[in-house]
Amino acid sequence: MIDILNAMVVLSNYVLIPAIAYGSQLALGALGVTLIYGILRFSNFAHGDTMAFGAMVTILFTWLFQSWGITLGFLPTALLGIPFGIIATAALLLATDKLVYQFYRRQKADPVILVIVSMGVMFVMNGLVRFIIGPNDQRFSDGERFIISAREFKTLTGLKEGLAFKTTQGITIVTAIILVLVLFWFLNRTRTGKSMRAFSDNEDLALLSGINPDKVVMVTWIIVAGLAATAGALYGLDKSFKPFIFLQLLLPIFASAIVGGLGNPIGAIAGGFVIAFSEVLITYPLKKVLKYLMPEQLEPSGLVQLLSTDYKFAVSFTILIIVLLFRPTGLFKGKSV
Amino acid sequence: MIRVENLHRHFGGFRAVDGSSIEIKEGSITGLIGPNGAGKTTLFNVVAGGLPPTSGQVTMNGEDITGKPPHELFHKGLLRTFQIPHEFSSMTVLENLMMVPGGQTGENLWNTWFKRTRISREELELAAKADEVLEFLTIDHLKNEKAGNLSGGQKKLLELGRTMMVDAKIVFLDEVGAGVNRTLLNTIGDAILRLNKERGYTFCMIEHDMEFIGKLCDPIIVMAEGKVLTKGTIEEIKANEQVIEAYLGTGLKNKGVS
Repeated sequence: MIDILNAMVVLSNYVLIPAIAYGSQLALGALGVTLIYGILRFSNFAHGDTMAFGAMVTILFTWLFQSWGITLGFLPTALLGIPFGIIATAALLLATDKLVYQFYRRQKADPVILVIVSMGVMFVMNGLVRFIIGPNDQRFSDGERFIISAREFKTLTGLKEGLAFKTTQGITIVTAIILVLVLFWFLNRTRTGKSMRAFSDNEDLALLSGINPDKVVMVTWIIVAGLAATAGALYGLDKSFKPFIFLQLLLPIFASAIVGGLGNPIGAIAGGFVIAFSEVLITYPLKKVLKYLMPEQLEPSGLVQLLSTDYKFAVSFTILIIVLLFRPTGLFKGKSV
Repeated sequence: MIRVENLHRHFGGFRAVDGSSIEIKEGSITGLIGPNGAGKTTLFNVVAGGLPPTSGQVTMNGEDITGKPPHELFHKGLLRTFQIPHEFSSMTVLENLMMVPGGQTGENLWNTWFKRTRISREELELAAKADEVLEFLTIDHLKNEKAGNLSGGQKKLLELGRTMMVDAKIVFLDEVGAGVNRTLLNTIGDAILRLNKERGYTFCMIEHDMEFIGKLCDPIIVMAEGKVLTKGTIEEIKANEQVIEAYLGTGLKNKGVS
């Protein structure tokens, strides 16, 4: 009995909690990608660097607040910086839209052209971020590090294994849940949200109704800015902030959005968790869990790590390919890719 | 009300609309007929769908509306429906209708959060109006059905219903009767007539069903090869040699039209 409990604790500690936190970050990122795909009809490769920009502004404001001595007690000060990150990101995205995307939209450019354009935007944004904050690792988390640390857990429960629950993980999960709830309420219950869905559903008809396309586009960018900046800041808070990380993060994010079904918000969330869980589970050495569950003589001698962590990006791609082969529109019906 | 002057729309070398001039009088139900490829739908797209013409001018009550984007025309009371019905398929019939009117308080991102009471009042009014429209069109039982699940004919009624959610002045109907069974066609015809008589809607409709056209339309404009051939009442059109030739080819002439 104790063995099973110990096994569960190990699994939670190394797989469940990190995967849920990582999945929340991916889901928020994938939601942004999927909204842009559904409404503006292109795959936005600049999304990763949009997240980096949002995170960067958040960090700058966090440092500012820290230098003024403003903190949030046991919560990280970055939470105060996030709203500013969102505002700055929204401004950046709206400016980019005015300067770049609007031109191609007026020309009714093919989605493929917009994708290439977004890659250009990606390089510019990446350069901008590195120019402002530099290419190095930045740490900006403060406050209490753990909601519950491994040692506290052990003394609390008397189990052999410890369970650590980091504050940043808790914040990530809670924030993601709140954001997703607000987003869905917005899309399903408000007139603006319905206009966005209508626009995504049937653009021709939306244009022939009273829906103002410019407004829909603007609101979309603002929401995407909110999602991207928050996701970026949470990821930076949970792991660490490094401009190039977000370029790599683009891959699992796109995998999440596509696996769930591009253009489908519920799919984006599900996809985020599918990718996160597979990545974490497959690259985690299961020996520690199994040694509690199996009789001694059957105890595995190796690590039972299915793949080295170096290959974790391969996992998202493998899932992506499998899903595309068997369900080209994703797990939840999205627009076909 | 609507005046189209010497309109050209070319696609590459192909002259879809080749110097057409038509006039739609206020309060009329103007029929637009012609063989396939006569340029009717292109004409519609130019007048009501934001397709810029190659040359020529469209005016509405004297105001130049050439090439204006559809959502602006919508606010002037100029609406259109589609040959292949369009709908927001993932939304209910009610939501589809409530989507239509522009300028709602809830459209503003700020108001969405801070003017909840005003928005819900507006939405109640809209829902009441939508109920009325659905009843008028005799599809009130489909209110909460996903629009994507409706039959072709029901979707056409929904298209018509959309125009009733705002005070349309003129509605362009693109083959509203195509692929619809007789009973439903009569419902649609009645709705059009009533909208015209009771609410003063002006209609301009592309149609192929001669009986349907004859019952509703006066005058009827005949187009062929991008040009306006003639204009007149159904009797005049039926008697017109040129029309019969363009519409049915010379081979069918002896068999008569209707």
